[in-house]
Amino acid sequence: MSILDNAKAAAQGAAQAVMKKAVELAPDAWVPGGKPDPLIRSKHGLIGAPISRIDGPLKVQGRAKFAAEFPLDGMVYAAVAFSTVPKGRIATLDTGAAEAAAGVVLVMTHRNAPRMNNMPLFMTAEKAAGGDNLPILQDDRIHWNGQPIAVVLAESQEQADHAKSLIGVTYAQEPAVTTLAGARAQGADIGMFQGQPLKTTVGDAEAALAAAPVAIDATYTTPRHNHNAIEPHAATIAWHGDELIVQDAAQAVSHMAWSLASVFGLDERQVRVTSPYVGGGFGAKTLWQHQVLGAAAARLAGRPVRIALSREGVFRIVGGRTLTEQRVAIGAEADGRFTSIIHTGTIVMTRHNAMPEPFILPTRGAYAADSFKLEVEAVYMDMLANTFMRAPGEAVGTFALECAVDELAARLGMDPIELRIRNEPAKDPIEGLPFSSRHIVEAWRAGAARFGWARRNPAPGAVRDGAWRVGMGCATATYPYYRMPGGAARMKLTKDGSVRVEVAAHEMGMGTATAQTQVAAERLGLSMAQVSFGYGDSIMPGVVLAGGSQQTASIGASVMAAHHALTVELLKLAGNDSPLAGLGADEVEGLDGGLAKRGEPDRHESYVSILARARRDALVVEAAAPPPLETQHWSMHSHGAMFCEARVNAMTGETRISRFLGSFDCGRILNPKTAASQFRGGIIMGLGLALMEETQFDERKGRVMNPSLAEYHIPVHMDVPEIDVIWTDIPDPHAPMGAHGIGEIGITGTGAAVANAVFNATGKRVRDLPLTLDKLM
Amino acid sequence: MAIRINGTETRAPADPRVSLLDLLRETLHLTGTKKGCNQGACGACTVLADGERILSCLALAVQFEGRSITTIEGLAGQDGMHPLQLAFIEHDGFQCGYCTPGQICSAVGMAAELARGAPSAVTTDLGAATVRFTGEEARERMSGNLCRCGAHNGIIAAITQTYAGAAL
Ligand code: FES
Ligand code: FES
Repeated sequence: MSILDNAKAAAQGAAQAVMKKAVELAPDAWVPGGKPDPLIRSKHGLIGAPISRIDGPLKVQGRAKFAAEFPLDGMVYAAVAFSTVPKGRIATLDTGAAEAAAGVVLVMTHRNAPRMNNMPLFMTAEKAAGGDNLPILQDDRIHWNGQPIAVVLAESQEQADHAKSLIGVTYAQEPAVTTLAGARAQGADIGMFQGQPLKTTVGDAEAALAAAPVAIDATYTTPRHNHNAIEPHAATIAWHGDELIVQDAAQAVSHMAWSLASVFGLDERQVRVTSPYVGGGFGAKTLWQHQVLGAAAARLAGRPVRIALSREGVFRIVGGRTLTEQRVAIGAEADGRFTSIIHTGTIVMTRHNAMPEPFILPTRGAYAADSFKLEVEAVYMDMLANTFMRAPGEAVGTFALECAVDELAARLGMDPIELRIRNEPAKDPIEGLPFSSRHIVEAWRAGAARFGWARRNPAPGAVRDGAWRVGMGCATATYPYYRMPGGAARMKLTKDGSVRVEVAAHEMGMGTATAQTQVAAERLGLSMAQVSFGYGDSIMPGVVLAGGSQQTASIGASVMAAHHALTVELLKLAGNDSPLAGLGADEVEGLDGGLAKRGEPDRHESYVSILARARRDALVVEAAAPPPLETQHWSMHSHGAMFCEARVNAMTGETRISRFLGSFDCGRILNPKTAASQFRGGIIMGLGLALMEETQFDERKGRVMNPSLAEYHIPVHMDVPEIDVIWTDIPDPHAPMGAHGIGEIGITGTGAAVANAVFNATGKRVRDLPLTLDKLM
Repeated sequence: MAIRINGTETRAPADPRVSLLDLLRETLHLTGTKKGCNQGACGACTVLADGERILSCLALAVQFEGRSITTIEGLAGQDGMHPLQLAFIEHDGFQCGYCTPGQICSAVGMAAELARGAPSAVTTDLGAATVRFTGEEARERMSGNLCRCGAHNGIIAAITQTYAGAAL
């Protein structure tokens, strides 16, 4: 950076700091969420109703169309060849036999690929969605073991796969950094996340730790993970002249359209990304090299392309969660009050991505303490770019933090729940902001009563049932409330009184379409049948990422804004001959198929009547959500209390989870049926993280060794007990609908709850995930 | 000889490498049967061959000449969806829905296995003519069908509602 750049950055930083302070100090009413969403008051309608998924009939009959299921005329199939060395150059590349093979339409390598820009790296611009920012088939360089080196297009998948196997390649290898020790030897940086360094210092935490009467200081490690959505990444891609149409499996359609446009030097409006159904995302269904390869090959061949990655292909070119090595040290007074919290450590990433797994994030808000030292150090390897995976930071950060709290409780001879409650902060422990809504103590109490925590024997290894040692453990779950800028929505009211809402949002199984139809219907005073919710198409309004558990809030704020605009327009159309004459938008609400004065339901006119009198067939409005300043004015988080009962076989060390309870405080629950599934889904992925999941990485070659669902183990039916979930259902007064997104919180705390239960069962403290049986024998 | 798929006869593909799964998805556009791994590890491609559950990704289409295949698209009867399909909706036995057709076909095949007394690793009475439905039998026998969204509880609840106590 030049001095000028430094000065600019400093000025920008100063301006940001002033702005931040202003938002903190602003009166509540000036901030989005300052006036509670009126929907929070409606208690008996569609919000909170356990409605079955509206896309259920399609899904159970196999009629929901996923990305690889749109046939196009003249479409060809792609197969991708991957490098087998971590670094160097392609020395020789023989594609002759592949080109001559039956059915082959094109073999694309760096020699004939069109010129393209690198993908804009996720989080480096508002709509950037790329998993890495490396050249894609632009030169002969290899950057990781598994990088695409060629794409074959053929009339059938079988022909493409066979031809790919005929490609001959040799490499001139160069020394690569593929070991953790080697990466460390190259030096470390402080990780940068969302533009901020992952480093927080309050007081002198090391000195406070040294002075503390009771302390714990331990190192915890977590391995690499892969998302492993059951639907592998796929896209069906066609060019119409200079317009690019991508039927994708996407959790960021607008971001991806913009990013693909920037790769191909197009205007954003020339690219359309659609994604009506996504077979699981968990952070992985963003822009990776395959969509770019598919689009480039389609352009070169002049044919539409279906590029469906094999399961191995997903492991080779779509990144996962990186490994972490975390130190957690907590100093406490004899009564359990924390004087010092230290959470530091190392993650591995690459020079071509921007994701230093931010494992300190949960520690920033979980407990009060006199001093903090939090820091994430990044070291760099030559490997596939790592990325966001369900609860990035929190999933593995809570494992270390919440195991350490449990270890400290044992040292103090205190109940681990009471220790947590004793350190419950009154305001945000780092930022000093008031909490928007925090009822974690209620969640702990309710969970403990329901789980039968009082029956736990605090002495480790004391309970035995035949061959099985039995234990109970608990942990705090926590995940921030985010709302990202860019949300917008369109509403179209038709003269029959029905409404279509459109937002460029996503349905990956979270129940978005169902819950948002409920919310919109309730807001408008319509039945669900009168409302349709459109999503999954980049030509719709809004830049709405399905990630960071922020989609619910983002759509909510966008629809509120559009609804306000619709109400204003309707009141104008209603004019002076309406019972609504003279009322402002804030004085009316949607009721019984029309608008009514709040508290005076008889002052009402139906939508049908308003449009008919105005001789309008339809009314269309579009509006943008206000910037998400509420997240700087309040400290906003979701919370949970996790309870686990584990049984560990005394002979074999095998761990079985016999009971699990999640007790959540996540604002208002919009649909208990789909919400319960999301909570359980997170918890089950957390059981996988605890007990079995590991992407095995060959440190000699930098290559993933278990790129299949046979060798990367995830929980199966026999591993999953009946999982109990309860919630406080207390609305967050400052969030749209009073609700928080709940897609990620379930995986947080779960790993620690399991490890703590295993400790209680066996007296063995395993600090290295996963808790496989060899560590317990 | 033809392959009978959901009651309709189809010619076997000329290319013997074509799996039953690819025949369904790419030639017949019966995309309800899903491809999660193409190597027999996930169960998303489960279909019924003469009533028996198989992994269609590990089956070559040409082997099924003269046999009768039922896919998720063929499960519904004259009067609407199969009771198990309805139970999946009621119990929220899915989120993304990608593993769902495989789960449903697999459970239908599993019920037939119980009925004919095929034991599993958790069956205690190996001599019984029919195996009694229990939650544990269901979980054991459904463990070849992976679900990453974590819909396991809803899936087992739907299967239990449909098959526990039913005359198999
Ligand atoms: S696709 Fe056949 S088992 Fe996975
Ligand atoms: S519902 Fe998504 S994988 Fe099972």
